[in-house]
Amino acid sequence: MNGLIEVEQLQTFYVLEYLGKKKTIKAVNDVTLSIPENVIYGIAGESGCGKTTLLKALFASIEPPLQLFGGKVSYLIKNNFIDALSLNGKEKRELRWSYISYIPQGSMSVFNPVKKLKVTYLDFLESHVRGKAGRELLSLARQHLEQLGLSPQVLDAFPHQLSGGMRQRIAIALSALLKPQVILADEPTTALDVVAQRAVLQLMRDIQQEIKNTIVLVTHDMGIHANITTCMAIMYAGKIVEVGPTQEIFSNPLHPYTKFLIHSLPRIGDKMPKKSVPGAPPSLLNPPSGCPFHPRCPEISDFCQDKVPDLNNSTQNHKVACWLRRESCDCNS
Amino acid sequence: MGVLKDLFKDYRFAVGFILICFLSFLAVASFFSPYDPIEWLQVPRDKAPSWSIILGTNSKGQDVFWEATFAIRNSLIIALIAGLISRVIAVLVGFIAGYKGSIYDRVLMGITDGLLVIPLFLILVLVAMLLREALTLVSTGLLLAFFGWAWDARTIRSQVLSLREREFTLTSVLSGNGTLSLVSKEYLPLTIPLIFSTLINNIAWAIGMEIVLAILGLVSLDIPTLGTTLQWAINYQAMLLGHWWWILTPVILTILLLVALYWFSISVSEYLDPRMRIQRIGAK
Amino acid sequence: MRFFRDYLVPRIIQYIVVIFCGITAVFFIPRLTGQNPVLEMIAQIQSQGSTLDPTAVESLMETLKELYGLKGTLFQQYITTWKRVFALDFGPSFFQFPTPVSELLKTYLPWTIGLFATSTLISWILGNILGGIAGYFSRKNWSKIIDALIMIIRPIPHYIFGIIVLILFAYVWQLFPVGGMMLGRRTVLNWRFIMTILRYSFLPAMTLVILGGAVWFQQMKLLVQNVKREDYVQYAQTGGVKERFIIYRYVLRNAMLPQITQLALALGQVFSGVLIVEMVFSYPGIGLLLYRGVTRGDYNLVMGITVLSILTITTAVLILDLFYPLFDPRIRHK
Repeated sequence: MNGLIEVEQLQTFYVLEYLGKKKTIKAVNDVTLSIPENVIYGIAGESGCGKTTLLKALFASIEPPLQLFGGKVSYLIKNNFIDALSLNGKEKRELRWSYISYIPQGSMSVFNPVKKLKVTYLDFLESHVRGKAGRELLSLARQHLEQLGLSPQVLDAFPHQLSGGMRQRIAIALSALLKPQVILADEPTTALDVVAQRAVLQLMRDIQQEIKNTIVLVTHDMGIHANITTCMAIMYAGKIVEVGPTQEIFSNPLHPYTKFLIHSLPRIGDKMPKKSVPGAPPSLLNPPSGCPFHPRCPEISDFCQDKVPDLNNSTQNHKVACWLRRESCDCNS
Repeated sequence: MGVLKDLFKDYRFAVGFILICFLSFLAVASFFSPYDPIEWLQVPRDKAPSWSIILGTNSKGQDVFWEATFAIRNSLIIALIAGLISRVIAVLVGFIAGYKGSIYDRVLMGITDGLLVIPLFLILVLVAMLLREALTLVSTGLLLAFFGWAWDARTIRSQVLSLREREFTLTSVLSGNGTLSLVSKEYLPLTIPLIFSTLINNIAWAIGMEIVLAILGLVSLDIPTLGTTLQWAINYQAMLLGHWWWILTPVILTILLLVALYWFSISVSEYLDPRMRIQRIGAK
Repeated sequence: MRFFRDYLVPRIIQYIVVIFCGITAVFFIPRLTGQNPVLEMIAQIQSQGSTLDPTAVESLMETLKELYGLKGTLFQQYITTWKRVFALDFGPSFFQFPTPVSELLKTYLPWTIGLFATSTLISWILGNILGGIAGYFSRKNWSKIIDALIMIIRPIPHYIFGIIVLILFAYVWQLFPVGGMMLGRRTVLNWRFIMTILRYSFLPAMTLVILGGAVWFQQMKLLVQNVKREDYVQYAQTGGVKERFIIYRYVLRNAMLPQITQLALALGQVFSGVLIVEMVFSYPGIGLLLYRGVTRGDYNLVMGITVLSILTITTAVLILDLFYPLFDPRIRHK
C-alpha cells in the first residue's frame, strides 16, 4: 500500500431493470490499481471499456443504476487510509473539491447557462470554504485564474459567451481551485480543436507542477498519453490489462491489445499501413470468458479462454495481465 | 400479446383500459334500451335510485341509467367524428408544412399559430351560434373537427421535421423514391404513435367542448349527450331540489371517461416513446 | 440594437398580423353562414304580434343595417368594422337594448381580468414550484402520491370540475355562496367590499388554480426530471454545491424557461377556461356575459366579446414575450 489512492478488486456494475427483466453491465470488473502521488496518471482504452465508470468509482460517486458489487477504494488522507465507498454524503461533500475533484466529460456544458460564471465559482467555493465573504472568495478565484494564465474577467461572462475551449479551461481551473490532492479528468480534450487541446494540456501540466498533486487523465487518445502522462494503465472490457511508466509502455508494449493501440499511432516517416484491432469491443453485458481480449487476440493460446489472467510483474513497475507473458507459465492449472 | 402484458404492468393502463371497456359496454347497452331516448314521461318522475331503477329517474320522466347509456354513446360518436376528421387535417397540415418547408411551412404555421393564440373557444361558439338550428351529432362533430387540429398539426410537424433530418430520408430520396411513397411508407408508421396519442387527447377535448356547447344551448337538446343531460339537470334545478342522481350521473360518467382516456393515452405513449423507456430503466 | 431587430420586431409584427387575421375572420364568418340578422330581427319583432307599416319597416331596416355594420358594399363594411374596432364600438346589445355592448364590456371585463390574472399567476407559480420539487425528489413516495392525484384531476374539463366544486363547497358544505354576485354597486374600497369579492371569487379562483396548477405541475415535473440529468446539474452535485442552491439556482431556474414560453402559448386556452368557470359560478365577468349573450341570441354582444378577447389575449402574449429575455440571458446576447 503505497499509493495515494488504492483500488482493490473493485467491481461496480450497472443494474438496469425494465418490466421485471434485469440486465447487469460489468463496467468495472475486478480492477486493482495503485495511484501514486505527484504524477499525471493516464488511463487508456476504447470507448465503452469502463474508464468513465472507474473514474466515478475513484470519485466515490456510485449512484444507481451503478452499484458496488465488491472491492474497495481507499484514499490516503493525512497518513491514514480511508475507505472512500463507505463514507456518507456529508463526509463525501467535505472531501470533494478540497481533497479530490472531478472534471467531467464534455466540460463545455457543465456551467449553469442562466448564471454568470462567477456565481458558479462562488457556489462551489461557498460550499467548501467557511467563514469568508463572497467578495473575498471571488478575488481569490480571480487570483487563481491569473496565476494559471487565464483572464480573470471571464468570471463576469455567461457560459454561452465563451468558446468551448475556454469553458473547458475554466472548468479545469475550477477543479484546481482548492488545490486538491487528486484531480480526475475525463476526456478533457475531446471535441476541441488541436490548438485548444494544446492549451488544455498545457494548463493541466502547469497545475500539476504548481500544486504537485496527482492528475488522473482518462482518454482514448494515445497521443495525449504519450504527451503528458508519467505512468499509465490500459483498460479493456472492464479490466486493467497493462500498467506501467508511460515511456516503457510505449517503447515496450507487452499486452497484445496495447501493441495494437500503440502501433496505430502515426509516426513521422513511417509509411506502413496501419492496422486497427480486428473485431469489435466486447459487450460488457456478457463479457467473454477467461481473458476478455481473447476473441480478438492474434496470439491467442488455448487456456486464454478459460482463466482470467491477473496483473503480474514483468519488471519492477511494469505489469501485464496476459498468460503469454508469464515467465513461468502455469498453463495447466 | 407480450406487448399487452407489458402494458398491463402499468397501473394507469390497466385502470384506463378497464374503464374504457366498461364505458364502451354501457354505450353499446344503449342499443338494448327498453326506453326511447327522447320521449318524456316514460316512467314516474324524480324517483331516487333503488334496486329496480339503478340511477333513479329525472324530472322529464326518463330513466337516468338508460338515458346515460345514450349519452355516453352519443358523446363518444361526436368525439370520434371530431377526432378522426381533425386527425386527417392535422396530419395533412403537419406533413406538408414539415416536409415541404419554406413557403408552405410558413403559411401553414402562420395560420396554425394564429388559431392557437386566438381564443378558439369563442370563435367556435360564434360559429355555432350562427348555425341557426341547434347542432346535431354529426354537425357538432364536424364543427369540433374544424377547430381541433391546430395544436396537433404543430406537434406532427415537429416530428416530421426531425424525421426529415434523419439519414434514411436522404437514402430514400437519393434512391429515387417518390415523396408520396417516402411519406406514406416510412414516415407514417413512425408517426402513428404520436398521431394516436393526439387522437385520444383530441377526443377528450371534444367531449369537454361538447359539454360547454350544450350548456350554452347550442346543441340540440333532443339528443341525449353527456352535455345535454347535464344541461337538462341544471335547467330543472336538480341541485336545489336535491335530485342529485340526475346531475351527478353525467358528471361522474364524464370524469370516469376522461380520466380513463387520459391514463390510457399517457401509458401507451410512454410505452412507445423510446426516451421515456430509457428513463424508466435507470430509475431504480 | 440587434436584440430589437431579431427579437422584438418579429414579435410585434406577429402581434399585428394575428389581430388583423382574427378580426378579419370574425368579420367574414357570419357573412359566410349566410345569416341576415336584420331580416331576422324584423321577423322576430313581427312574430311578436306587432304589425308595422312598410315605411316603418324600411327605416327600421336602415337603422338596423347601420347598427349591424351591414351598410354598403362588402369593402365598405370591412372598413366600418375596423373603424368600430378601433373605437371599441360594437353596437347595442339585444337583450339589454339599447345599452351599447361596450358599456357592458367595460363593466364586466375588469372582473374577468382580475380573476384571470390572479388565478393564472398563482397556478403557474404554485404548479411550477410544487412540480419542480416533486420532479427533483421524484423517487420519494410523497411525490408519487401527488402525481397520482394530479393524474386524476388534470383531465377533468373546467365545467365539470367547476360543478363538482360548486356542489361540494356551496351545496353540501355550504361554505361559500352559490354564486351570482350583484354588480352595479359602486366600488368602494372598504373592507366589507373586499370580503364580498373574496367570498364570491374564491371558488372560481380555486377551481382555476387547481386545474391550471395540475397542468403546470405535470409539465414542470417532467422538465425537472430532464434538467436534473443535464451536465451542469450533475457537475454542481459532484462539486458538492448545497442542495438548496442546486434546486433553485440550477434546476428550477432553468426548467422555468420553457414554462414561460408554454404559458404564452396556453394563454388562449387559459382564458377560455376562465370564461367557462365564470359560467358555473355566475361570476360577474365576460364569461357570464357570454353565456347570457349566446343563450339569448345577442349577436352583437358575442361579437364584441370575441373581438375583445382576441385583443386581450394577443396583447397578454406580447407582454409575456417581452418579459422572456429578462429570464434567459442567452437571448439577450445573441
